[in-house]
Amino acid sequence: MKQRLLIVEPSELIIEGLKSILDGQIRFKVLEPEMTIDRLEERLVGSRPDILLINPTLVENVARLRGEGSMAVVALVYQYVERDVLKNYDGVVDIRDSRAVIIETLAQASPGENESGKSNYELTKRETAVLVQLAQGKTNKEIADALNVSVHTVISHRKNITHKTGIKSVAGLTVYAMLNNLIDESALL
Amino acid sequence: MKDNKSRLFSSESRMSDLITAHPSLLSMITRLGIPLGFGDRSIADVCDASGVNTAFFLLICNVYTFNNYVPSTAVILGTDMTGLVPYLEKSHRYYVDKRLPHIERHLDAIAQKLSGRIGLVFISFFKEYKQEVEAHFSHEERDVFPHIRALMSGKCDTTYSIGEFIHTHSDIEGKLDDLLNIIFKYLPPQVDDDNVLDVVDDILRLSEDLKKHTFIEEKIMVPLVKHLENAILS
Repeated sequence: MKQRLLIVEPSELIIEGLKSILDGQIRFKVLEPEMTIDRLEERLVGSRPDILLINPTLVENVARLRGEGSMAVVALVYQYVERDVLKNYDGVVDIRDSRAVIIETLAQASPGENESGKSNYELTKRETAVLVQLAQGKTNKEIADALNVSVHTVISHRKNITHKTGIKSVAGLTVYAMLNNLIDESALL
Repeated sequence: MKDNKSRLFSSESRMSDLITAHPSLLSMITRLGIPLGFGDRSIADVCDASGVNTAFFLLICNVYTFNNYVPSTAVILGTDMTGLVPYLEKSHRYYVDKRLPHIERHLDAIAQKLSGRIGLVFISFFKEYKQEVEAHFSHEERDVFPHIRALMSGKCDTTYSIGEFIHTHSDIEGKLDDLLNIIFKYLPPQVDDDNVLDVVDDILRLSEDLKKHTFIEEKIMVPLVKHLENAILS
């Protein structure tokens, strides 16, 4: 799934430069940037970014910014910033970095990428069970009843399945299940 | 991003320079009814010869070329938009009659290499998608476009309002992403042939084109129609 990236930076020139570098990158979705921190708090709640790329001169307290969530906070620097300040960030992008380095730094900082070293993309037994039922055309409610879990749990499994496979539609997941021999051909009829 | 009517290209630039710099515009240009063979004529000359409004042409070019470009309402209202609906209709036909069948032929060839029912499920995924796209387009052609034509000729038909469109307009590229993921990640290695490479190219191109198409409908057509509806009601 794409990492949602919020850029907070006063310079329009730098915002546009970053957007042009990240445009077309399948790993990131660049959210509407902020040029000041006036609306930052509501944006963090409303847009739920995975990565916050922010000019450190705008930030007083990184920890408070990060809050309880898993959001990564990356510093965007183009002037000298104290090393002690930068060590509170999950990564540092220097605007003189090359395109590849900038993308790599952001990817490294992404939550979910660094937690266990590598994300596990294999479906769990439970997720597979949900997938099989989905492919047979069952609704969330029916799946919940069949597996003896709540609808909420089914929805959360579905999110994980989509995250791992990159496939959103039920029709697409059915093709996936067939290609991986998770369902019997006759089960579809 | 700020509005700047003509961007990099002005109506006096040569059409051939525009296409050399942005070859992906070519398909959009032919859909506007502009034939090839521009020679050294300027954008304005080529547009005039084909009866296409130059400002409208540059507006669409900008949308296709600059990803973050959203024309302001002032720019939209200041541009002759009579060509908009015919262009959208032409685009629909291009997607439905040309691009989708083309992709389907490649997918058919791929499906042949998949065993039995798997190939069938694979191809029916695409057929289903194609039907959804066609239904999406026919709804627009049946309800939305006639409404716009009526408004443009100063008539008010109150049976439909663009509010309904905004409410129900769904993205039509999502399933193409699913298809790409299936092809990249999950097709068995034995189907690794030229068809796969060709179809991936085709899907990516169609997906980009559809994104721009949706963008034109949502960021140009909708504000225009809202304005026309308000003007007629007041």
